[in-house]
Amino acid sequence: MEVTFYVAAAVAIISTGLMLRDLNVVHALLYLIVSLLAVAVVFYVIGAPFVAALEVIIYAGAIVVLFVFVVMMLNLGEHAMTQEKGWLTPGIWIGPSLLAGVLLCEVAYLVVRGGGAHLEAGMVTPKQVGIVLFGPYLIGVELASMLLLAGLVGAYHLGVRTTQKMDIQHARDPYERRAAFSGDPLLAGSDRPSRTP
Amino acid sequence: MSLEVMLNAAGLAFVVAGARWQQADGQIVFLLILAMAASEVAIGLALVLQLYHEFKSLDADALSEMRGAA
Repeated sequence: MEVTFYVAAAVAIISTGLMLRDLNVVHALLYLIVSLLAVAVVFYVIGAPFVAALEVIIYAGAIVVLFVFVVMMLNLGEHAMTQEKGWLTPGIWIGPSLLAGVLLCEVAYLVVRGGGAHLEAGMVTPKQVGIVLFGPYLIGVELASMLLLAGLVGAYHLGVRTTQKMDIQHARDPYERRAAFSGDPLLAGSDRPSRTP
Repeated sequence: MSLEVMLNAAGLAFVVAGARWQQADGQIVFLLILAMAASEVAIGLALVLQLYHEFKSLDADALSEMRGAA
């Protein structure tokens, strides 16, 4: 049973090392995904299935996708197409898919083997986590929600300036010029020029 | 990304400690770390986008001034 733990931990360490060593951002992101999945398997073997699911969903599903979006958005130049083609050559899939295949075999082994897929220390069920989370740690939950709200507002504040610049460019377009407000809200905008040029 | 790896390592340590002593507290702390990492990544990537729009480059040496552009 401990073999699965050691294999998953080894995969996590190897993929993290390869991620740190890689100079190409997209290749490093692939290794980062494999590393997060390996850590999720470690969580499952240790006896924390709830956290394992969260690791896959939030880390590998949301945060890494955010990274990929930004990396792809930052290369909107003319040579971006050839550059991205260079990133996605078939050869780069070999390393991450090999490590991910090891993880897949391990998860399949755990599923086939059935219950008792945990170390002797026993598992902490999601029910226990929920009871403790909304019991003594309720203030922590509230603080986390305020932190997420602050993150939302901050990210919006930082991202809104670029869209405002785009709006200004948009308003300079003669066909999109806003009609003067004549004081009558019913007729406001009725003298606007047609959108079609 | 390295920051993500470090946060993940800290969370792993918490969960392992929670599993060792049969407490759910480790997983609670991991949830809090997860929320913090999510908001931090959102703000950091928004900052990176803003800097790229401002300087047309991601060279950290170009960001040597703190005076606002506005």
